[in-house]
Amino acid sequence: MSIIEVKKLIHDYLRYGEDGRVESSYRAVDDVDLNVEPGQFIAILGHNGSGKSTLAKHLNAILLPTEGSVFVDGKDTKDSEKLWAIRQCAGMVFQNPDNQIIGTVVDEDVAFGPENMGVPTEEIKERVEEGLKTVGMWEYRHHSPNKLSGGQKQRVAIAGVVAMHPKCIVLDEPTAMLDPVGRSEVIRAARRLNQQENVTIILITHYMEEVIYADRVIVMDQGKVLMQGTPREVFSRVEELKEHRLDVPQITMLAHELKKSGLDIADGILTTEELVQELERIRR
Amino acid sequence: MIRDITIGQYYPANSVIHKLDPRTKLVGTILFILSLFLFKSFAAYAVATLFLAGVIWASRVPFKFMVKGLKAVMILLMITVLFNLFVIPGTPIFHIWKLTVTVEGVKTAVFMAIRLVYLIIGSSVMTLTTTPNELTDGMEKGLRPLNKIHVPVHEVAMMMSIALRFIPILLEETDKIMKAQMARGADFESGGIIQKAKSMVPLLVPLFISAFRRANDLAMAMEARGYHGGEGRTKMRPLQYHRQDRIAYLTMIGYLCVMYAAKRIVGI
Amino acid sequence: MSMKIEHLNYIYGQGTAYEKKALKDINLEIPNGQFIGIIGHTGSGKSTLIQHLNGLIKATGGVIYDNGRNIYEEGYSMKDLRSRVGLVFQYPEYQLFETDVLADVCFGPKNLGLSREEAEARAYAALKQVGLKEKHYKKSPFELSGGQKRRVAIAGILAMEPEVLILDEPTAGLDPRGRDDILDQIAKLHKERGITVILVSHSMEDVAKYVERIIVMDEGSVRFDGAPREVFEHYRELESIGLAAPQVTYLMQELKKKGMDVDVTATTVEEAKQSILECMRA
Repeated sequence: MSIIEVKKLIHDYLRYGEDGRVESSYRAVDDVDLNVEPGQFIAILGHNGSGKSTLAKHLNAILLPTEGSVFVDGKDTKDSEKLWAIRQCAGMVFQNPDNQIIGTVVDEDVAFGPENMGVPTEEIKERVEEGLKTVGMWEYRHHSPNKLSGGQKQRVAIAGVVAMHPKCIVLDEPTAMLDPVGRSEVIRAARRLNQQENVTIILITHYMEEVIYADRVIVMDQGKVLMQGTPREVFSRVEELKEHRLDVPQITMLAHELKKSGLDIADGILTTEELVQELERIRR
Repeated sequence: MIRDITIGQYYPANSVIHKLDPRTKLVGTILFILSLFLFKSFAAYAVATLFLAGVIWASRVPFKFMVKGLKAVMILLMITVLFNLFVIPGTPIFHIWKLTVTVEGVKTAVFMAIRLVYLIIGSSVMTLTTTPNELTDGMEKGLRPLNKIHVPVHEVAMMMSIALRFIPILLEETDKIMKAQMARGADFESGGIIQKAKSMVPLLVPLFISAFRRANDLAMAMEARGYHGGEGRTKMRPLQYHRQDRIAYLTMIGYLCVMYAAKRIVGI
Repeated sequence: MSMKIEHLNYIYGQGTAYEKKALKDINLEIPNGQFIGIIGHTGSGKSTLIQHLNGLIKATGGVIYDNGRNIYEEGYSMKDLRSRVGLVFQYPEYQLFETDVLADVCFGPKNLGLSREEAEARAYAALKQVGLKEKHYKKSPFELSGGQKRRVAIAGILAMEPEVLILDEPTAGLDPRGRDDILDQIAKLHKERGITVILVSHSMEDVAKYVERIIVMDEGSVRFDGAPREVFEHYRELESIGLAAPQVTYLMQELKKKGMDVDVTATTVEEAKQSILECMRA
């Protein structure tokens, strides 16, 4: 069974006038289908306003479909009785590290989710330890979040979600406000969860270099799915990506340029090693 | 710089007082303050002095931190003392200009001063040995009976702890916005009151907008983590009374008895 | 204007328990008209350094010269300095406060004592320079998209017509489209107006593409100062201080190791392409 099933999802943002009537509406997600299998690492790419964050907020029932439906672990997000079960199953990490930490001490923040779920005291402690150790923040458990770096705060936020034992974690642009060091910390933590704990990861980002490890990349534009496939498949369509003014990793770009200049290089080069190999092969 | 101001004045140490349940400390502080008002006599205040000294010693917080809180109320203290000194009628001691200092006046002034100083120091002991979080937890649990008369105790406690988390963030933000506007030539210092108030607009508008944005984000994040009010919530560190708390309560009862006796027996 | 920094030191929270040396003996010359990139990871002192350049922070030691004049000497006007050294903070859209875009951009020029007409004329010019369409000028700044808001905020500084423009992470949080737009606009500004531009960034790729000089900060000191090619040659050291050279630098080094005669100082896709093609054809 798919862990996430999105069927013909449409989301309209409505703007109400002073008399309470709908003044205007804006279609943020337009007829999107998406299936995610357990244990997958999915990356969703797109510009601001492409609908990727709106889509993400449907995956743990923060937003409800205008049309179509979303199933999380077989549960319909429109079923209000299953709301808390859905939120426990699909955890969410947001963009701004400061605005999602509730506790004034790191371990208290990680405990927030399990406390809401009514987990017994002893077990909360175990889950907090487990969560913080998974993201490598256990030594900081007694610190104030205000003294941490952006990457560390985001890892605490991930630990807070991990402590709820979700099957799936949706990360909504978790690295947009971080420096390169923080970014790689967060991505490493997400990959580790995926590989070692088999947690399904849905990573929303606009940094192309963060998606090369994904099982599947989905590119969104104007509320629709523009491209879909493995990173290699998506990044072989350099011209199309450029046309939509999406970023291409520098190496992929270089490989593409070299190919255009007549070198016999394969499509969708993602890493330095791959390009070195290709160039060596051609030289021989 | 604004962010250098520390909020909450917790002094980390590993003392008996630190380890007490926050409820014990809250109740203790309230009882101590009450005792100052109930047993107005020099003998009783001597007892209170000994008691307070004992608690401070046990808390292992340097004494200079205790008196820090007094600076803020120094002016209030002066006014109260002077006022009592000159206004209370009774047996005159001496005259200054048109004012008369009386025996009763001196007595009341001294009482007032002691009371005010002990009140501040007494509550400083609590805030210095209890983290703001423990304090909100203690209030939440201690005031739980009020839930029955529909006082939203959990919500108020949650609001307090969120405020504690965001005050430093917003202070830092204020600092940042102020600098950003100064870079655009804003002047926050010169001019009269009206000019100054006007110059605050470029600071306050962005600050409010930011606070609302943060509140919105935070609400969403809390919901995403399954928050739905206090019902059915468990705690990682539930408050529990231990042996030391029972001893503390007994000590307090003992203290109140001695205070009472001191006032009744000695009488001044 | 040209600036000169001599033995600049800044101790944060001096005399308290939190005392920390944020800047240690900085010596720099910033001649007129350069396009400079300052890189360094969070906490390296780069933000502290740029706030010294327009007098928002006063050094605890050392001197800054503005066209040869010590900015800390008596009678020197900090307000005047701030009008000539424009500083765009990180996430500058959070400082917008007026009811419409035009009024917000006018805030700076008005503080300079300009008349309403002059201020508006400057605001129009600045908004045009950052490429914001005229139909937005009368809108509330809060209705605009993130990238547009940021441009309004940058225009707010440009309208003061500074001689030095400093931007602290102007692309943070923007998507690739917004990022490229802003950086292109800044490059254009530098070219057309000939003003000094100082770009603070942690994206090596961005910096390599635009600037002519890179200053690398680490733990409050200047570690490297030179043309991008020279600086990125030290990619190993850059890594050790939590930075990285552009991806192509790694590729070129790797190719060199494999015995290909490529230019290891190439830092942009274009340079790398030329060098590889030459090498393959030879």
